[in-house]
Amino acid sequence: MSADWPILSAVIWLPVLGGLLVLFSGDKAPNISRWLALVVSVLTFLLSLSLYSGFDSGTAAMQFQENIPWIESFKVNYHLGVDGISMPLIILTTFITILVVIAGWQVIQYKPSQYMAAFLIMEGLMVGVFSALDAMLFYVFWEAMLIPMFLIIGIWGGPNRVYATIKFFLYTFLGSVFMLVALVYMYFQSGSMSILDFHTLKLGLTEQILIFLAFLAAFAVKVPMWPVHTWLPDAHVEAPTGGSVILAAIMLKIGGYGFLRFSLPITPDASKELDWLIIGMSLIAVVYIGFVALVQKDMKKLIAYSSIAHMGFVTLGFFIAFIIFAKPDVSNGVILGMQGGMVQMVSHGFISAAMFLCVGVLYDRMHSRQIADYGGVVNTMPWFAAFMVFFAMANAGLPGTSGFVGEFMVILASFRADFWFAFLAATTLIVGAAYTLWMVKRVVFGDVANDKVAALQDINKREALVLGSLAIAVLVLGLWPEPLVRVMDASITNLVNHIAVSKL
Amino acid sequence: MDFNASTLLSLLPEIVLLSAIAVILVLDLFLDQSKRMFTYGLSLAALGATIAAVMWVDDSSRVVMQGAHVVDAMGNVLKIALLSVGIFAFIYSRRYLADRKLFKGEFYVLGMLAILGMMIMVSAGGFLTLYLGLELLALSLYALVAFDGNSRKGSEAAMKYFVLGALASGMLLYGISMVYGATGMLDFAGVAKVIASGEADQTVLTFGLVFVLIGIAFKFGAVPFHMWAPDVYQGAPVVVTAFLGSVPKIAAFAMAMRILTQGMGGLGPEMGWQGWQGMLMILAVLSLALGNIVALVQDNIKRMLAYSTISHVGFIFLGLLAGAGKGYTAAMFYTIVYALTAVGGFGLLAILSRKGVEAEYLHDLKGLNKRSPWLAAMMMLIMFSMAGVPPTVGFFAKLFVLDALVNADLLWLALVAVFFSVIGAFYYLRVIKVIYFDKPISQAPIVANVDAQLAISVNGLAMLYYGIFPASLLAVCQVAIKAL
Repeated sequence: MSADWPILSAVIWLPVLGGLLVLFSGDKAPNISRWLALVVSVLTFLLSLSLYSGFDSGTAAMQFQENIPWIESFKVNYHLGVDGISMPLIILTTFITILVVIAGWQVIQYKPSQYMAAFLIMEGLMVGVFSALDAMLFYVFWEAMLIPMFLIIGIWGGPNRVYATIKFFLYTFLGSVFMLVALVYMYFQSGSMSILDFHTLKLGLTEQILIFLAFLAAFAVKVPMWPVHTWLPDAHVEAPTGGSVILAAIMLKIGGYGFLRFSLPITPDASKELDWLIIGMSLIAVVYIGFVALVQKDMKKLIAYSSIAHMGFVTLGFFIAFIIFAKPDVSNGVILGMQGGMVQMVSHGFISAAMFLCVGVLYDRMHSRQIADYGGVVNTMPWFAAFMVFFAMANAGLPGTSGFVGEFMVILASFRADFWFAFLAATTLIVGAAYTLWMVKRVVFGDVANDKVAALQDINKREALVLGSLAIAVLVLGLWPEPLVRVMDASITNLVNHIAVSKL
Repeated sequence: MDFNASTLLSLLPEIVLLSAIAVILVLDLFLDQSKRMFTYGLSLAALGATIAAVMWVDDSSRVVMQGAHVVDAMGNVLKIALLSVGIFAFIYSRRYLADRKLFKGEFYVLGMLAILGMMIMVSAGGFLTLYLGLELLALSLYALVAFDGNSRKGSEAAMKYFVLGALASGMLLYGISMVYGATGMLDFAGVAKVIASGEADQTVLTFGLVFVLIGIAFKFGAVPFHMWAPDVYQGAPVVVTAFLGSVPKIAAFAMAMRILTQGMGGLGPEMGWQGWQGMLMILAVLSLALGNIVALVQDNIKRMLAYSTISHVGFIFLGLLAGAGKGYTAAMFYTIVYALTAVGGFGLLAILSRKGVEAEYLHDLKGLNKRSPWLAAMMMLIMFSMAGVPPTVGFFAKLFVLDALVNADLLWLALVAVFFSVIGAFYYLRVIKVIYFDKPISQAPIVANVDAQLAISVNGLAMLYYGIFPASLLAVCQVAIKAL
């Protein structure tokens, strides 16, 4: 099915061009650039909603396709399209960007036009990553996305921002250049740069394993998986609130998306051979990183580590498939695991964004992220405390919130693979609750710790709007995940059928 | 091949430029310092007219002047590229020179003579013509490096450049003599024919190849023949560095193509380690490693860019050694892109330098985003292009080289190349870091003239334009290589 008009291009280029417009509006009248950025991001979100309403959830084929030649002699095309896996992530991107624009409204006083422009341009590039069906187009968006993030952390970040942002850039760059070589190699083998052609490309086992490892280098850094996660806590701590939100809510998902779009369908046999590696890394992330989160003194660092643990569920859900395949009696567990991973990605997008925004609200008032500087916030900021406790519960996986759905699906699927996998994964329900709730206890509850806390003002309407809309999203997805599961069902089933067949 | 007037038409671009140089040289003598702008404008016009002449000359492949001069599509494209990059270098130079009381006609005359030498190299049909062009280029550059007579560093750099350059020329001549001894030919077509027939003495020929290759490697500044580059880049006035760090790379590429593929193609990639492919591999890997690693610790941007040039030369060599249509096309694309990028980088330093203040250390760029967001954005584009990050054109230049390597079954070289690009990314990021993340030391406003401002904008945006639409430039290179 092709669209009557290029809706995907519009969702990509509207924010990019809008971002340039905001950039040129300058800082003489900062409110103009703020309003302009808000209008552009809301328009983009509304546009992206038509992706959902026009989506045909009965098919696994790519929809809203656009395909025009880009570099003809190189067979590189400007080929866009979405399926049930990428479409929800695009809407997540456009939704979160609005919140980031609103959240940075007053906080960012230094060059607000550049700040807003960077986020809008990044939004377009991220949508590009999710909708590219040409490997080179994907890579261009994937790398280009680093530039605005590099600047955001470096310009508006904390005291140690330069170290953090260069580490972030180089880590990601190192991972992705190996993916580039793998893509060029597959182009040489298939004579095409289309990702869909790569899916059907025959590859030997050794080739597959090398390609798989190249992809792993790129995606594991992005997710990030243990042991290449160390850039994330640094980047999160130093990034401005908006940067943390985008990093946690969307950039990490791009790694997970990469596994679904590239690693699994292109190298199914290598994925099967090396699934122990991914499962092992995921379980370490869930258990070990959970304990690491427990001892953090900095709130942002704690949430950063909790993100790594939660993303461990995503990769676990994706790669548990091959063990379940080996057990013929429980076939539908595979789909359950993958859907669980997807739901977890979307849900973590909301929850982590909300948690970082909560910390941002506190930081804007106290200029400290140390847990020890707080205590008894509920006495001065009751509304804020309500939101924070709610999101903390969601982060801990309370039933009724979206955090529960994804984790529960993945744990159920792991049970069908191996009891001990499920057992280890389920420890997160205890550890996750421990680190999140303990932090909330120390920050929100108790007596007022000091004069600064006593002087705190509760959240204003703008902040309430941002946190409130996220709370609604978390609740709706938690109580009624069916719309999300329905749109991705056909694509996930198709993917599962695809990887069940060996390419050898 | 009898001589007639129509033969001269093939040489029209060179004739136009040479006549213009002669006229400007004489005219300049009669001008007051206050009217020096006239020389400047006339020089730009001369380069523009030469571009027009190149475009006008029909680019079907042919050899004229008894095998001395070749006209083909590759030559024409490279000539247009080096003339255009030369125009950028000239525009960036004006105010810098005027501020230092160096705004003299000689600068432009010498620059144009160097360009004329490069055009002769690009069109060389045999070793002798090539050497002629090379020496014209080299002598003009030696003089340009020492252009600021009061600068001790400049004179020292010129001296080093001259001594090492003379040595390299000697090596090249020695190599040429051996090739001549083995084949009895001096024109590339003749040499190729004898090599193909297998009658040449292989030992003498291989020795000849080695020495000729040393000459090429010296011109490019490839490791281990790179020693001159950092000192010369740093010692020369920045506007001269902008010129000699960019334009001659295009000529060096033409020299490599003419000698290695047209003359000694029989010793090409099919011969593997027996021919020049293996030698280029060693040069390329060493250049990538040393260039990128040493650049990491430089505080002087001119010196850092010198080492970065060395690493880029490694990439160009990778393209050349991959051979076949794809490798040469990739190398040609890379060279043109690199020249355009480098002239922008140095040009920006020239714009930032004020009277009595050289902007050449990293800390001179601190907080540029605060002082001039537009110039900061242009420098960012240039740096990202050098690092090879999309959506800038430097990414595609690297991609095409990688593709050529994978096609030639040299996957390991592709992996080496990307590994060192990541190391290289660090020092380009450092430049962006000081521009965007640091506080400015000096609050002095940046005064850029309209011409330089326009040129740097075109130059910077070209990085983005060709990064988003690389197809046109790639097609030009493909056509040019196919017609060889």
